[in-house]
Amino acid sequence: MDSAKQTLTTPIFKNNPIALQILGICSALAVTSSLQVTLVMCVALTSVTAFSNLGVSLIRKHIPGSIRIIVQMIIIASLVIVVDQILKAYAFAISKQLSVFVGLIITNCIVMGRAEAFAMKNPPLPSFIDGIGNGLGYSVVLIAVAIVRELFGAGKLFGFEILPLVTDGGWYVPNGLLLLPPSAFFLIGGFIWVLRTFHKEQVEKPDFTIAKHTVLKEGV
Amino acid sequence: MSSNDSTSKTLIVALALCIVCSVIVSTAAVVLKPVQEQNKALDRKRNILAAAGLLVPGQSVEEQFSHIQTRMVDLRTGKFTDELDPSSYDQLKAAKNPERSEALAPENDPAKIFRREDYSIVYVARDESGGVDKIILPIRGYGLWGTLYGFIALQGDAKTIAGIGFYEHKETPGLGGEVDNPRWKSLWSGKQAYDDGEVAIQVIKGSVDPSAPNAEYRVDGLAGATLTTRGVDNLVRFWLGEAGFEPFLNNLKSGEA
Repeated sequence: MDSAKQTLTTPIFKNNPIALQILGICSALAVTSSLQVTLVMCVALTSVTAFSNLGVSLIRKHIPGSIRIIVQMIIIASLVIVVDQILKAYAFAISKQLSVFVGLIITNCIVMGRAEAFAMKNPPLPSFIDGIGNGLGYSVVLIAVAIVRELFGAGKLFGFEILPLVTDGGWYVPNGLLLLPPSAFFLIGGFIWVLRTFHKEQVEKPDFTIAKHTVLKEGV
Repeated sequence: MSSNDSTSKTLIVALALCIVCSVIVSTAAVVLKPVQEQNKALDRKRNILAAAGLLVPGQSVEEQFSHIQTRMVDLRTGKFTDELDPSSYDQLKAAKNPERSEALAPENDPAKIFRREDYSIVYVARDESGGVDKIILPIRGYGLWGTLYGFIALQGDAKTIAGIGFYEHKETPGLGGEVDNPRWKSLWSGKQAYDDGEVAIQVIKGSVDPSAPNAEYRVDGLAGATLTTRGVDNLVRFWLGEAGFEPFLNNLKSGEA
């Protein structure tokens, strides 16, 4: 079971889909302004990744190479629609806030990346676990970003007031930037920085080195 | 592996997969539909109660809503009508149907809704003696990113605003999205919608000076959301105006609705 455990935990910090592979950034920017919504999104994405990996892996030996991406897309899209329907039925208020972003899981690079890179070559169970692992890796980053954004942007966590806002008679002046999607870029950047401080092997080699200054006489 | 790539195998796999997936998707949609519809209806009721300030947290929404009458109003005459059944009436659909709505000229359409339906649902909360306690009117109009859908509630005198709320909008969270802010919504309560029969309520840029003579007709704008503020101002004035519910409210006041 050691390898199963590895499959599950490696994507969380060692090979994090957002922090190392820089995939799935779009939804990480869009849904992280409130923690509750973020959690639902994480559960949705984790289950879609896990089950799409399972589905792709089950039929991997029968997928014709020429249409394999479309086959993966169909499986992913069907799962996303099912998840969206379930959310609309049992978590209506949150599904309203998530609006299009549940649908956009279809285009989330993590889901497709795992289907193509892992599930096409591995048996169903490891693929399923790999899906959960990558979903958790995504969730860790999103939750970290959401905690900062909701706490310092709105003074709340899970909608409960932690820092009383000036507008409600408290003392905390919220940072409006944190409620806007671009702020997540800074936070994800910070997250990657911290992560790479501890996991030095993740630091990428520079694509090129800056050349020394040349002397003017070359041009003459 | 070459057998996988043959044309027949490709077609068979594609076809089988499509069938399996469509069965899964349609089963989910059909099985969950009743729950979803229920949620939608419940959400609408909750918003109606919330706009009127009648929502008591912790109590059943259905139970609270049972005290509210749902009626149809003919917006052309401003009178109640029983021609249509409110429970099966889809107001937004009607607004798109040329037989059930009229086109608005751009100069008469500040809320940018393009067509106004002939019939509207209104909600009436009665007090113990059977008089009108609150009237809740559906409103909608364009903000910055999309149409805002909501309700505005008036007191029984048909001119004092009891509350406002939007149940669907696409405004920027933290800026225009502050239309959901309870503190901002509470500013509306007690404001006067009409001055001498004219729509007087206005959402202004900045804050209202409480000592100004017209303060009872003014509501603070949302900081950093000029276009949303303007949109809310336009849509409230449109729906309370001549083309909206003003004839109905006048009839209601004079007892001719």
